Amino acid sequence: MNYHSPASFAEASRIAADASGITRFLAGGTDVLVQLRADIVTPDTLIDIKKIPGTGEITRNADGSWTLGVAVPGAELGEHTGLVADWPGVVEAMNLVGSTQVQGRATLTGNLCNGSPAADSVPAMVAASMTATVTGPDGNRIVAVQYIPTGPGKTSLAKGELVSALHIPARGENAGDAYLRFIPRSEMDIAVVGCAVNLRLDGDTVVEARVSLGAVAPTVLLVEDAAAAIIGSTLDDAALDRLASAASAACKPINDKRGTIEFRTEVAGVLAKRVARIAYARAKGEIIKGHHG
Amino acid sequence: MALDDLKTKDFAFVGTRPNRPDGLDKVTGRAKFGADAYAPGMLHGAILRSPHAHARILRIDTSKAEALKDVKAVVTRADFSDKVPFEPGLEGEFWNVLENVMAGDKALYDGHAVAAVAATSALAARDALKLIEVEYEILPHVTDVDKAMLADAPVIREGAADYSVPEGMHPNVVRMHESGHGDVAAGFAEADLVVEDHFTTEATHQGYIEPHACLATLGMDGKGELWCCTQGHWIVQKTCAALLGIETANLRVTASEIGGGFGGKTTVFIEPVALALSRKANKPVKLVMSRSEVFRATGPTASASMDIKIGMKKDGTITAAEGIFRLQGGAFPGGPAEFTAMCAFAPYSLSNVRQVGYDVMTNRPKQAAYRAPGSPMAAFAVESVIDELCNQLGLDPIEVRLKNASREGTKASYGPRFQQIGLVQTLEAAKAHPHLSAPLKPGQGRGISCGFWFNHGGETSVSLALSEDGSAQVMVGTPDIGGSRASMALMAAEVLGIPYDNIRVTIADTATLGYNDVSHGSRVTYASGLATIKAARHAVEKLCERAAKKWGIPVDAVKWENGCAVPSGPNAGDFDPLPLADITANMGQTGGPISGHFEATPEGAGVSFATHIVDAEVDPETGKTRVVRYTVIQDAGKAIHPTYVEGQFQGGAAQGIGWALNEEYIYGEDGRLQNSVFLDYRIPVASDLPMIDTVIVEVPNPGHPFGVRGVGETSICPPLAAIANAVSAAAGVRMRNLPMSPPRILSALKADG
Ligand SMILES: Cc1cc2nc3c(=O)[nH]c(=O)nc-3n(C[C@H](O)[C@H](O)[C@H](O)COP(=O)(O)OP(=O)(O)OC[C@H]3O[C@@H](n4cnc5c(N)ncnc54)[C@H](O)[C@@H]3O)c2cc1C
Repeated sequence: MNYHSPASFAEASRIAADASGITRFLAGGTDVLVQLRADIVTPDTLIDIKKIPGTGEITRNADGSWTLGVAVPGAELGEHTGLVADWPGVVEAMNLVGSTQVQGRATLTGNLCNGSPAADSVPAMVAASMTATVTGPDGNRIVAVQYIPTGPGKTSLAKGELVSALHIPARGENAGDAYLRFIPRSEMDIAVVGCAVNLRLDGDTVVEARVSLGAVAPTVLLVEDAAAAIIGSTLDDAALDRLASAASAACKPINDKRGTIEFRTEVAGVLAKRVARIAYARAKGEIIKGHHG
Repeated sequence: MALDDLKTKDFAFVGTRPNRPDGLDKVTGRAKFGADAYAPGMLHGAILRSPHAHARILRIDTSKAEALKDVKAVVTRADFSDKVPFEPGLEGEFWNVLENVMAGDKALYDGHAVAAVAATSALAARDALKLIEVEYEILPHVTDVDKAMLADAPVIREGAADYSVPEGMHPNVVRMHESGHGDVAAGFAEADLVVEDHFTTEATHQGYIEPHACLATLGMDGKGELWCCTQGHWIVQKTCAALLGIETANLRVTASEIGGGFGGKTTVFIEPVALALSRKANKPVKLVMSRSEVFRATGPTASASMDIKIGMKKDGTITAAEGIFRLQGGAFPGGPAEFTAMCAFAPYSLSNVRQVGYDVMTNRPKQAAYRAPGSPMAAFAVESVIDELCNQLGLDPIEVRLKNASREGTKASYGPRFQQIGLVQTLEAAKAHPHLSAPLKPGQGRGISCGFWFNHGGETSVSLALSEDGSAQVMVGTPDIGGSRASMALMAAEVLGIPYDNIRVTIADTATLGYNDVSHGSRVTYASGLATIKAARHAVEKLCERAAKKWGIPVDAVKWENGCAVPSGPNAGDFDPLPLADITANMGQTGGPISGHFEATPEGAGVSFATHIVDAEVDPETGKTRVVRYTVIQDAGKAIHPTYVEGQFQGGAAQGIGWALNEEYIYGEDGRLQNSVFLDYRIPVASDLPMIDTVIVEVPNPGHPFGVRGVGETSICPPLAAIANAVSAAAGVRMRNLPMSPPRILSALKADG
């Protein structure tokens, strides 16, 4: 195994492009090192990106948008009051990952690029319309995070490509986001269903919405029917029921040790309602702390 | 000299809560656990395991692994003794263990060991395993207990059934137990209501935090040293010697500190393999299991399928009870069906009772003991039916249990008459507890259950030596799995009359003390405690003799009080009290070193009962359960160190919560274990548990000098049932299958409409 710690993304990309066999980037390492120790994946090339300048920074841009370094751990997101105020859903989703110890290392980028359908932060990132800068042998491109994971353990990144920054749009007025997951225990578990909602209000009426589901299909889902079910409503019971039905209808889950098709489909609808209510309340200016369960 | 044989009050030390002697070592990381041992020239072992649930091993080619320069030895079954006889049932237990630690002709479950390697590093050993070629012929498999009893089920092994199994049963049924008394048919006829139901529980793992680990040395001279994490090193010594074909006394086994066992470390898994590797490589070999190996190849408890029928009169009197219990214990005899059957109705005084147990083999790992093996599942089934009877007849669940409770003199469902027991006292304490009358919130339900365990005595040796300065060292042979060193020191302090801190208790190795049965059966505070008291009394007798000699009075005119010899009877007041340290100071000149010892197999362990109260909350939209309040009430006989008694109570409840709600062995269609990591084997995390409240009831056990009853196991007997009753009340549907995972609860709610 060869270990590299390049000083720039261009160099990281070059090393990856030239490497043969299995390549892994080392962000927090909470997936990479666990897989290595469990004899699941032993990379031939390990490229540590944490030494690249700027990877640990959280930046609020002049237009109100945010740029996140690819090595920022969950704990730092959670301690950033400005970010928490703007995007509590994205932050609470990342903060659900693992334990205090894991939070000190684990990153949004790693969660995204590990390609797990159950990754907690990914539905929240998708609902928030986040994008990533991808650096490759031919330079940089910007891509919606939704299009990065393509299936369990797979991404759309080509050989030599890596994520060099994450971007969150400006929050704007009267808007809120939220994420909830279902796990049988209270923490240290993997999502059986995850759901994120991001919405904007005009008065009491929802005028924009994005609803995203995790762990119910091979990739994260952006459910347009579910968003449509609440746009134009005041999130009344009828709208919530339509939301739940649309969320359940979008599920393409599997039966496995973590949950049944029936259960995941049902609970996706239940969570969608609960998450929408939190996002709505936040859009109204209520402070609702992140849930750890 | 007069020594009271039974002391139940006015204790000076017993019942206090000093710090445990191993506490500092454990919180500073100084304590040495199984994997903390190193030896010069040490190699690292790794075990190749079958990926198949059931397969004939046609060929094992180890040549490529052996050719690696880092590899120093490869072993297969051929490297173990060929003199271990195969016999039916548990008669052939050494053969069963041998077959389990290294497969013979067939791999019997996913994870079964088929070969092992010793190499210069753990990584090299792991990689060498990948070069071993095994050719398998895959056979049909069965992992479900009911399916394993069907006529067309694959046969795990012919000839494993013992004499108890009636003709015509499937060869996978290897033992049958039947007991009871009265006439159940007549009893059911007398009942106003009979409830009959079917229940299942899944296999769960003890989940101890420390994976099995050992360091083994076995020389060409047949002499060996073994350091390992175990609940009992004499059984390790005896078993390993048999499996390796050496003499027992030539193998010295030392028990490390232990990170939990709960019954799962009462046998061997990797130790004989490490010894075989060491013998072949002629170097020390260290072997440490991964968590996945622990799940796949150590001993979870059995899964169960149970039918219960109970008849009750309108006034709550139970008229008859009957149960059939089928337990699968993996690919070997030993599933605790007999215990399940015997414990099932033990809390109740019944005129008509019958219980039948079947021990069934499947393609799963060989089960091992897990805290009161067999009893928790029985209580789950029986106490669920009693709850249902109470609900349907509109009766109070505590009053019904009190009405039918076993008491002193009751003929137990499994045969003997109970001596002094404390079930009624635990029920009375439950009745008086504020928990029972606290209001419930919407969506919450309350459940109660009783539970029973036999407790055990077992072979025990203890040695106690006094030092010149008047301090004492106590050598016991039962690994300390729950704070027992503190309890031994308290009991020795009580007898000797010297401070707790002046007594050091050590777990002796197999070469320095006589035989000791393992730390199981809730026996340690009872049996090693009894032996410690008797060893201390033995030393006191000698101390009194020295004083008598010094004073020139008869020895029976000397008594021992508060750490001093004092003249008594006609000589009372003739001499000043003589403190222990004054006698030991010159003991070399007055007759030699003073020690006490005791060896026996004490038989008066004293059964134990508990009553648990649980409040649970169910989210009707997701089926998720939260245990919001939990109270354990249990008879401890006498709590020597109450903190560790409470710890046992809480630990049993915590493990019971896991077993009831989310823990389970999940097998795929291919017979492979799907969830061999803690991520997917859902043991409760700290935030899943409420504070577990405890009440210690003390009804002295006449079989122990201070009245002790074991407490380690009974605490896991009531939780499954108490939680199931609470969840069923909260959800409004009877939950008959464990674990009560959210998908299961949600589908029960849907089916209920
Ligand atoms: C105890 C424990 C609990 C956990 N609990 C959860 C949980 O509750 N929810 C959850 O979703 N996950 C959980 N995880 C998984 C893991 O912590 C998360 O997926 C985490 O976000 C991964 O981030 P990381 O920075 O550690 O990634 P790494 O391990 O560093 O990398 C993960 C993957 O991303 C790739 N990668 C990293 N950086 C880049 C880059 N810049 N460009 C392209 N590819 C890149 C790597 O090649 C690798 O394939 C848990 C893990 C552990 C050990």
